[in-house]
Amino acid sequence: MNYHWNWHIFAQQVQGGSETYADWLAAGLGWTLACALCAWLIALALGTLAGALRTTGNRVLAGAGATWVELFRNVPLLVQMFLWFFVVPELLPRELSLWVKQDMPAKEFVTATLCLGLFTSARIAEQVRAGIQALPRGQREAALALGLTTLQCYSHILLPRALRIIIAPLTSEFMNTFKNSSVAFAIGLMELTFQARQMQEDSEQGIETYLAVTLLYFLCAIIANRAMALIEARTRVPGTPG
Amino acid sequence: MISICGVSKWYGPTRVLDDCSTEVAKGDVVVVCGPSGSGKSTLIKCVNGLEAVQRGEVIVDGVVVTAPKTDLNRLRARVGMVFQHFELFPHLSVADNLTLGQIKVLGRSRDEAIARGLKMLDRVGLAAHRDKFPAQLSGGQQQRVAIARALSMDPVCMLFDEPTSALDPEMISEVLDVMVALAEEGMTMMCVTHEMGFARRVADRVIFMDQGRIVEDCAKESFFGAPRSERAQQFLAKILQH
Ligand SMILES: Nc1ncnc2c1ncn2[C@@H]1O[C@H](COP(=O)(O)OP(=O)(O)OP(=O)(O)O)[C@@H](O)[C@H]1O
Ligand SMILES: [Mg+2]
Repeated sequence: MNYHWNWHIFAQQVQGGSETYADWLAAGLGWTLACALCAWLIALALGTLAGALRTTGNRVLAGAGATWVELFRNVPLLVQMFLWFFVVPELLPRELSLWVKQDMPAKEFVTATLCLGLFTSARIAEQVRAGIQALPRGQREAALALGLTTLQCYSHILLPRALRIIIAPLTSEFMNTFKNSSVAFAIGLMELTFQARQMQEDSEQGIETYLAVTLLYFLCAIIANRAMALIEARTRVPGTPG
Repeated sequence: MISICGVSKWYGPTRVLDDCSTEVAKGDVVVVCGPSGSGKSTLIKCVNGLEAVQRGEVIVDGVVVTAPKTDLNRLRARVGMVFQHFELFPHLSVADNLTLGQIKVLGRSRDEAIARGLKMLDRVGLAAHRDKFPAQLSGGQQQRVAIARALSMDPVCMLFDEPTSALDPEMISEVLDVMVALAEEGMTMMCVTHEMGFARRVADRVIFMDQGRIVEDCAKESFFGAPRSERAQQFLAKILQH
């Protein structure tokens, strides 16, 4: 292999610009973090809601939750990105459609974050549903017997318990969110993968570029994992095995 | 206090309650017994509306539980319930288990709720355990906390669904002692239990159920003296053998 290694490439300036390649990757990392974290918040909120709805025993609500899940988990993420980016704006009312296509600030970021959030929410919904269903039926009855409303029963009893049960799959999902955000490069969000491609083409140092980017994704996933482990330890119930 | 009139309930084609009628007067203790699957739990859960009925009427302290417009949460706040498997909320400390309903349902202040909860905890002999979590208590202790939780709501009557049948023999008496004291103080109680010693000691009436029907509903003396139905005689012979 007569590849010309150059680990100093990151400190070098990009062609026809004043920034370095490291600046490009740092900017990409920033968008990756912003996109993944915002998507995670959307996913957690909507996924918890959709998963809880499926366990209410009310046919309409359960059906709504089930539809939500099927809608977002049966289409590849990449295709969903394109749908949100190219198709959905066309389906909006004329005024709104024009605004989205021409004036919406940070269009790629908003679209990618929303798409990733909704996609992930379907997966979280399934985990939340399983977590609630794993609880003894008597817990709901005991909460209702005290006079708590269904909403209070979920927010004070069922969800705090279910979320603790599913913390391990939630951790994987949180890590997936960082990794999946790389798909957003396809609609032009200048996140880490997008910047890596740009750096590779610009510098012709593909191996260093992708090794660095691999390391950055790896670090994101590890930090996400550690953060969840911290939350798990913080919320552990005394007297239970862990 | 509690009046059950012509109540029937079906799960699909199977009839689990068949035209059940009975009354529990204020201050009375009524014991409900019968073979497994006879509908005891279902009947007692109709009293606070945890189970809906298809036919008949349930009235508790003047409130028609079975009327569609009844505010069930408000009613349930006034009817204490104790479950076979305790159903304490394991992610909440004993103190929080005692105060949750008082704060969220009765609108009491935290201080007020703590004061009331601790008084009840003291009454069941567990004041020293206020900061523990359910998993750190024995079964008998958990059930006593569950009774204290129900009493903290200042209920007008108490429902017990086999409160001792998940307990080891040596813990049964500590729970029964609490129930006996409660009965002697004049609490209106409806207890599903097979503890015939308890029934002999404090019950005013005994109800015997079989296949969804109230087969026997008579004063304690005549029930233990000579139950009229053959089914009840067989049942008594079986459980009194032990
Ligand atoms: N959700 C349900 N769906 C269908 N059938 C049910 C359901 N819940 C209870 N049943 C049936 O209703 C009948 C009465 O049940 P219930 O729990 O009231 O009996 P029980 O007298 O309390 O019995 P046990 O002593 O075992 O607690 C049983 O035959 C049971 O199989
Ligand atoms: Mg039962």
